[in-house]
Amino acid sequence: MTPQPADTSVEHLLRELAPQVLGAVIRRFRDFAAAEDAVQEALVAAALQWPREGLPENPRAWLTQVASRRFTDYVRSESARRRRETAAAIEAPVLAPPPDLDDAAEHDDTLILIFMCCHPALTPSSAIALTLRAVGGLTTAEIANAFLVPESTMAQRISRAKQSIKASGEPFRLPTRRERAERLRVVLHVLYLIFNEGYVNSVGPQLQRCELSVEAIRLARAVHASLPDDPEVLGLLALMLLTDARRLARTGPAGELIPLTHQNRTLWDRPEVAEGVALLTEALSKGAAGAYQLQAAIAAVHDEAARAEDTDWPQILALYDLLTRMSDNPMVTLNRAIAFAMVHGPAAGLALLDDLDRDRRLAAHHRLSAVRAHLLELAGDHRAAIEHYLTAASRTTSLPERNYLITQAARLRESLPLPAS
Amino acid sequence: MKYILMMHCPRTGYDSFGSWPKEDIQANIRFMQSLGKYLHESGEWVAAEGLASPHEARLVSAGTNGEPVTDGVFPEAKEFLAGYWIVDVESPERAYALAAKASAAPGRGGAPMNMPIEVRQVMSGPPKEYL
Repeated sequence: MTPQPADTSVEHLLRELAPQVLGAVIRRFRDFAAAEDAVQEALVAAALQWPREGLPENPRAWLTQVASRRFTDYVRSESARRRRETAAAIEAPVLAPPPDLDDAAEHDDTLILIFMCCHPALTPSSAIALTLRAVGGLTTAEIANAFLVPESTMAQRISRAKQSIKASGEPFRLPTRRERAERLRVVLHVLYLIFNEGYVNSVGPQLQRCELSVEAIRLARAVHASLPDDPEVLGLLALMLLTDARRLARTGPAGELIPLTHQNRTLWDRPEVAEGVALLTEALSKGAAGAYQLQAAIAAVHDEAARAEDTDWPQILALYDLLTRMSDNPMVTLNRAIAFAMVHGPAAGLALLDDLDRDRRLAAHHRLSAVRAHLLELAGDHRAAIEHYLTAASRTTSLPERNYLITQAARLRESLPLPAS
Repeated sequence: MKYILMMHCPRTGYDSFGSWPKEDIQANIRFMQSLGKYLHESGEWVAAEGLASPHEARLVSAGTNGEPVTDGVFPEAKEFLAGYWIVDVESPERAYALAAKASAAPGRGGAPMNMPIEVRQVMSGPPKEYL
């Protein structure tokens, strides 16, 4: 036993080990759902015991052993229950030794788990919850807290997700080469969604949510460690770091949103920017640029401007041109209109927005009104800008965003000339 | 995304509920319980409450000294909030489907009441960064 470790270091270690231990237990018993429950129990036991009694010599083996014991207890009580119910003797399942315990397989366990948890049969919210628990090692209570739902609801969501995976009959292995690209796309999307949930560091109950960004970065690093040469994994990790680097500057003391142009850039996390840029450079050297890499490149251009007015907008516009060609996403077109306005003037940007009014996916979206308001303000048409800020405010489903938009409208109203009396 | 489903009932609703036959009252209670269980099992339940009769409701506002000034319920108010569910769902369509389920709660004689349920989104989305 080593000296008593600090609670936080135990927590980090447990979360690091969680997917490895789970992989080992699944390999031994071939039951994802039950193994996942058993590992959670082992993690809870360790979180109670280790800070008091010190770390065991081999923490990973300790966890695997405790989880395996919990698993066999569970199987015994299940088969006892079945025997009682059916009055038929059912042989206890044979606990075969792990059939393929080579190092390479163990190394891939985290990756296999992420592919399983981000199974295409799951809804995004189920995949998010399961990934955070099975791969991230978060407790159900922590996940429930982050999403502000009761713990029992989150437990139910996770349990249903595991049932769906069981029903899909997916074996515990990496997707085949043929499926790989599509499955990886789903994984990266789930990680991106987790990151966005924690995007703003705010006060009150939202404080926990920023930990979701940290968690998303940790998971993206794990995927990157398993697939070091994949350019989109690199791109997503870079995008997260380059965006997260601005976190402290993004909100004011009362949790109010601070737009990019008004952020105190000395608060940006320079080492995080540097790491993001390095990863992005590596990604771009690996050939065809994907959507995450391009978004990361745009974030990097913003991060590298010492002042808002130094932003290289022509470069950002060129990147948005590439992104637009890659996907038919109206949000990309909308963001491109901002870059276009910054290069060619607000009137040119506003003209592009008129086309977006006809896009049904966007016509009633608050972002379209917010961008129009911003460009109208730049064009000097404050009355129209106020109207569109307020339309955007009435359509957003984010409270900090609503507050930001109505404050923008109020600020402009105060700058209007007083009506002639 | 989170939605609140608000069940409104006329002022007379609470009194008439008490005058239903026992069997109908029990069917309604069973329905509400099973709806709660359904939402728990689907992993969508966030919160739900039924509210006490509006007979005891008070309108409260702060007086000039900050002390509460209470007033009885205004007789012209026709509709009252009877209860609500907050659900966490994947789409607005799912929230509407759940509202329709609640709306069809059995009434007198066991027939669905088809009460209007007001569905509103809760402001819980993550914000985007602005320029």
